[in-house]
Formats: sequence, C-alpha cells, structure tokens
Amino acid sequence: MSPSGPARVRARGWGWRHAGRKAFAVSGLDLDIAPGERVLLLGASGAGKSTLLHALAGVLGAAEEGEEHGELTVDGVRAPDARGRAGLVLQDPDGQIAMARVGDEVAFGCENLAVPREQIWPRVHRALADVGLELPLDRPTAALSGGQKQRLALAGILAMEPGLVLLDEPTANLDPDGVDEVRAAVRRSLDRTGATLVVVEHRVSVWAELVDRVVVLGEGGGLLADGSPERVLGQADVRRRLATAGVWVPGWHPLTGEEYDDGRAVRAWRPSGGDSPGGVVRPAGGDPSSGVVRADVVRPRLGYRSSAPETASVGAALLSARGLAAGRSPKAPPVVDGIELTLRAGHATSVTGPNGAGKSTLALTLAGLLPAVGGTLEALPPLARGAASSPHRWRSSELVSRIGTVFQEPEHQFLTPRVLDELEFGPRRVAKLAPGETRRIVDGLLQRLRLERLAEANPFTLSGGEKRRLSVATMLATSPSILVLDEPTFGQDALTWAELVRLLAELIDQGTSLLAVTHDEHFTAALSDAVYRVDGGHASRVGAVA
Amino acid sequence: MSVDFLTPDVANSVLARANPVAKLAAALCITVSLLFSVDWVSASVALACELCLVPLLGVRVGTLARRTWPLVAAAAVAAYSTALLGVKTGPVWVHLGPAVFTEHSVLTGAAIGLRGLAIALPGVFLLFSTDPTDLADGLAQKLRLPSRFVLGALAGMRLVGLLVDEWRTLGLARRARGVGTGHSPVERFRTFLGQAFALLVVAIRRATRLAVAMEARGFGSVVDGRAAPRTWARESSFSRIDAWVVAAGVGIAALAVGAAVVLGTWNVAWG
Repeated sequence: MSPSGPARVRARGWGWRHAGRKAFAVSGLDLDIAPGERVLLLGASGAGKSTLLHALAGVLGAAEEGEEHGELTVDGVRAPDARGRAGLVLQDPDGQIAMARVGDEVAFGCENLAVPREQIWPRVHRALADVGLELPLDRPTAALSGGQKQRLALAGILAMEPGLVLLDEPTANLDPDGVDEVRAAVRRSLDRTGATLVVVEHRVSVWAELVDRVVVLGEGGGLLADGSPERVLGQADVRRRLATAGVWVPGWHPLTGEEYDDGRAVRAWRPSGGDSPGGVVRPAGGDPSSGVVRADVVRPRLGYRSSAPETASVGAALLSARGLAAGRSPKAPPVVDGIELTLRAGHATSVTGPNGAGKSTLALTLAGLLPAVGGTLEALPPLARGAASSPHRWRSSELVSRIGTVFQEPEHQFLTPRVLDELEFGPRRVAKLAPGETRRIVDGLLQRLRLERLAEANPFTLSGGEKRRLSVATMLATSPSILVLDEPTFGQDALTWAELVRLLAELIDQGTSLLAVTHDEHFTAALSDAVYRVDGGHASRVGAVA
Repeated sequence: MSVDFLTPDVANSVLARANPVAKLAAALCITVSLLFSVDWVSASVALACELCLVPLLGVRVGTLARRTWPLVAAAAVAAYSTALLGVKTGPVWVHLGPAVFTEHSVLTGAAIGLRGLAIALPGVFLLFSTDPTDLADGLAQKLRLPSRFVLGALAGMRLVGLLVDEWRTLGLARRARGVGTGHSPVERFRTFLGQAFALLVVAIRRATRLAVAMEARGFGSVVDGRAAPRTWARESSFSRIDAWVVAAGVGIAALAVGAAVVLGTWNVAWG
C-alpha cells in the first residue's frame, strides 16, 4: 500500500541532462520540501524548472532519454517509482485532456491506479467540487473554456489523491478570469487535502500570496535563493537577479527596469483588492506609483520619434470598418457584429475581452484573412495604394506589404528550416524584391531583433522568446502598413515582453498602425491609443490611453 | 470551436442502449456473409431487412438520407459502371452508340450496388448508435483488447478534432505569410503539401505532450515488468437487448444466404 497524505521531496546532488544536449538542464540540486509546504519555483528560462517538475512527476523517461545524477525522491522513493504520489498539470489546456466527457476525464487517473470502481465515483464528485466545477458528468470536455479545462485537469489529478501537486505554468494561456478561477481552485483543494505544492510560473504575483516558500533555481545549477516570499522577494540583489533573468518580479517594471511603489515593493504583491493576474499591479488611472507605465510616458521616453523619418501620414486613416460583422465562416452566424473602428497610421489599438468572445476572429477579418460576414471593411487610399478596397480580395503579394499578421503560436507561421530563409521568404518569394534589397532588409532585421547568432538555426529549435521575435521579424520583412498581433505576450518572460514592447513602440513611432488582441493590461497601457472591449457579440470603445 | 467526434449526438434509441460489442458482432455477421457472393437476391434480402430496422435507430429518415447520401451515390456509380463495363452476355436491353447494356451486365450491376449498400448499412447503424467511449470500454473489457491500445486510440480521436481546427488556423497563418499566391494546380498542390507537412509537425508535438500528460496520470505504466493493473469506472455489460441484436445479425445473414441458395443465385465470388 502506498503512503497517503502530504508528500516529502528530497534532492541530493540531483542533475539531469536530456539526451542529445551538451549541458545539464539541472545540476547539483540539493533541496528538501517538507510535507504540506507550498513552493513557488522560479528561475530564468532554461534554468530547468520544468525539467525538475517533470522529474518529480516521474515522466522524464528512462535512461535512454537522458542522464541522471544524484538522487531525487518523493517520500523516500525514487520519483519514477512513486506512482500516483504526484500529479502534474501542464500549461496547454487542450494538450492534456484524454477523455471525451468530464466525469471520465476525472476518473481516468483513478482507473490507471486500479482504484476499485465503487471508490472512483465518490472521488470524482469530490474532486470536481474541490475545483468548483459542478458540471454534469457527461458534459463534453471539448465544450469547456480554457479556465474550466485547467480546473478539470486539476480535478483529474486530485481524484488520484496525490501527496504532491505539481503545476507547470497552469495559467499562462488563460484570460484574467481564467487565472482567478484556477488559482481559487488550487487554494481550495490544497486547503482541504493539505497536499504539498510545487508551482512553476514566471508571473510571480499570480501565486505569491498562496505559497509559503520561494525557491529560485540558478542557471549554472544549485539554488539562487530560498526562503519565505517576503524574504526572497524583499532582497534587493535577488530581486535584481530575478528581474534580469526575465522573472516578473512584483514591484519591478520590466520596461523601465525600475522599482516602483516607493521601495515598498514587497507589499506590492499584497494588493488590497484582487490582484491583476499576469501583471504586476492593477492599473489605477494615472497614479505614478501604481506601476502601470502609460503610453504617453513610454513612447516618447524610448526616444525613437526623433530618429524616425518624418512621415506625413501619421494619423491618416488606413482601414475603416462600418457595421462590420465577423465570423469564422460566411454561413455560420457572426461572432461579433456592428463593429465601428478606424485604424490610423502611427496609432495603436488594443482589443480586449474574455476568451472565446470573438476577438481573434475580428482581428483575422480586419487583417484580410477572413471575409467580412456583414457590413463593410474598406482599405482607404493610403493603405490600398491601387489595390482593391476589400483586403480579403488582395493577392498575397499585395497583402504582405499592407497588412502583416502575427499569430499567437509562432510555429504556425514558420515555413522553412532556417531562420535566414524564414526572413527572406516575404521579400524574395512573395514581394519579389531584388536580391540586394532583400539582403539589406534581412540583415537589418537580424541585427535589430538580435537574431544574427541564430541565422542558420532551425526556427522550431528556438526558445519561446526567440520564436516570438522571429515571427514578428518575418512580418516586418515586407514593411506592412498595419501590423496585427494575436496575444503577442502570452507566456512570455519579462525580458521578451519588454523587448517586444520597445520594438512595437518604435514601429508605431515610424508610422505603422498596430492592432493587438491582448489580455495584458500592461501591454495595452504601454502602447495603445485606443482600447476596444469585445464581449457578448459586440465591441465597445472603452478608452483612449494617450 | 473544435470539431467533436467523440461525443456525437446519439439518439436515445434501443440500439444506443445495446452494448457496442454486440452491435459490432451483428454487423460483422451480415457483412462477412454478404462478402462471399455477388448476387442480387442475398443483397436485396439483407438490405430490405436492414431498412425495416431503421426505425430502431431513432434517427429521422431525412437525417439518415442527408448523412448517408455519399454511400448511396457511391453504390449507384458502382452499379452503373458494372452494368456498362461488365461481361456482355444475355439479351441486349439498351444499345446507345458505344454503350451496350445486356441483361447479365445490368443484373450484375444491380447486385453490386445493392450489395454495397447492404454491407455499408450495418456500419452506419453502429456509427449512429454508438458513443466511441462506450465502444472502447466494450473492446477493452469484453474483448480483452489491450487497454493501452484502445484508450490510446480513443485519445487520438480527440486530437483529430483539434487537428481540424489546427488545419484551418495553419491555412490562415500561412496565407498571412504570403503562401498560396499561385492559381495553377501545381502551385496549389505544393501549397497543400506544405500545409500538410506543417500539420504533421503540429500533430506529432500535440500527441507527444498528451502522452506525457497521460503517463503522468499513471497511464500505460509497467510494474514488475508487466502492464500495471487497471480498473474501469464504467462497466461494460451485456443485457437482453444484446441477445436480440446478435440474433438479428445472425438471422439477417442466414435469411439472405438461404434465400440466395434456394433461388440458385448464390455464387461465391472467389470460389
């Protein structure tokens, strides 16, 4: 009989090198986690946080999949042998559901552990209650929202009654409501079961209140810091090292690289109201101590305006939607209707709203990729430049020089096995520019987006941040007048975030019109001139920041 | 919204309450016996019996017609081409230029068309009345197929629905890059191949991630060199309905073969 109750974790000189890699993902790790402790695991990208989590879940694989050093035990048993003691929730809501119906999905783990049938269903009901997902057991899993799917995944492991709950950035792909839902579910279930928690997340503020210990993995192996959240997040040198490693440190703005809140930064992750997930502090108007960096502050401060060529067209209307209706297919009813908006040169527009409200469909329609389902979408002369007035009717060569679209998943847009070819594709193969001109553009982009070192690499092997930079660069290669981005900051660390915001600010100042679908309040605050909220099939203008 | 193959709207009919394994056995009985002979008697007897059972499906005839017309069309095409190209013996019935239809070729064509429908219809019954999860439960618990294989296939079917969405997104994402400029068939085909390859990459990555998530929940693990024991939350059980279903399958097969033998039309296709 396996032990029950909260699990103890112990690592002694533990390290793991993935097969085919030169460097160890984790090395020389000494760590003790007491039963019932709630640990937030931090570290730079590539410090091995996910590797450690997968190892604790016992899914790193056998000897042929990597090289292991030292020992890593759960309740004194080697992690791969401690079957059912640990439960792991991953980042992608769609990527971890195995069964078609809610009840079967929660029961799945119990079945695999050979729990007798008469015990399974009571466990399923209790787990669903723990995560606050009181749905009929026969509800199709495909019909759930992202936040519901993540709570379902959590219920699936809770039903196994694990002593150790492992969460690998479970809220990175969720909208703010989804983040709140998942965090509340984790809190409630841990309060009941008392299980040990290890959560990996680079947005510290999401979990800072729930954990009682923060462990920071160093890039070269070992630990960078370890202690209570107050102690670890209160040490100036640790804060600085975390921030430079790309961690979203509460009270530290990645764009300015400055502390705010008058140095009382540790208090910043204990806001009086609900805190803003995915961000640092809820925006509070123009309060300079709130940590929200506003567009009128950021854009001039970056100092690109002076270097930009004088573009007479800044402010000129490029694309106009009147009574526009957008939908995935002309036959189906539109998901959003009655859209009135104008995209202008040198202006940035954000579209916000809950997941599934139709924001992406609206953006794809404005980008000329989906046909308008109703109303009109007109490319005005400064944008059309002789092409048809409906963007959806443009040829590819006309489209890429007018509107560029950066999809949420960079990999969807990679076409070649080499970064260099990827950048050359638009100018050379679609816009048919002369080789010399193509060369000049590509060299410029490689340098500007710090991709020179990666020119020969395969796009699929890049890190998350590098993939994001490349996907933006490929669109910039054909200098579109309008750049459309779908959730450009999802799951990005603070360094990539700041880099992206600076780049986009520069483009706006050079006269590009930006349309971003985003939940990210900081992104919106830093860049946008106009904000639209899509909800219930309609879009309303909720404000202008600058 | 992802396409959902795994939770079809199964009407609450008699057949839906039957165990999928029983339905599979009945369907196999009819299909296999019809495969032996190409003759119009066995095919039409089986088809007539099957059509009589359609009300048990609990699906409206219009719905059934709308969702199965490709089968009917395929059967018609097969019948026509057999009649046109089959061996020309017996009296000539129609002679239009190069097209000659004789009595034998027309009867063979009709037999081929009816046989096709009679073979396909049991499959349609199974598909319309069965939830894939129930089928997986039946296959693993009643037929003792390896759970690793059965549940792996079931999870894979879920991914197919997601991949339909991915295909759509990939098409738009690649169009944004300027792919798909050409209108010639060759260029379109190249565009299609590129997108198909991209989908393959996406599919493999998704499958790998799902496998890790399932493994993390104890799926497919090995204890002491053997597959770990597993329980089933849903019991797959047989009831009296299942006896009737199997009896109907055996009965239809026997009636069809018997009628053909008595009327002397039974001919074993590869005998």
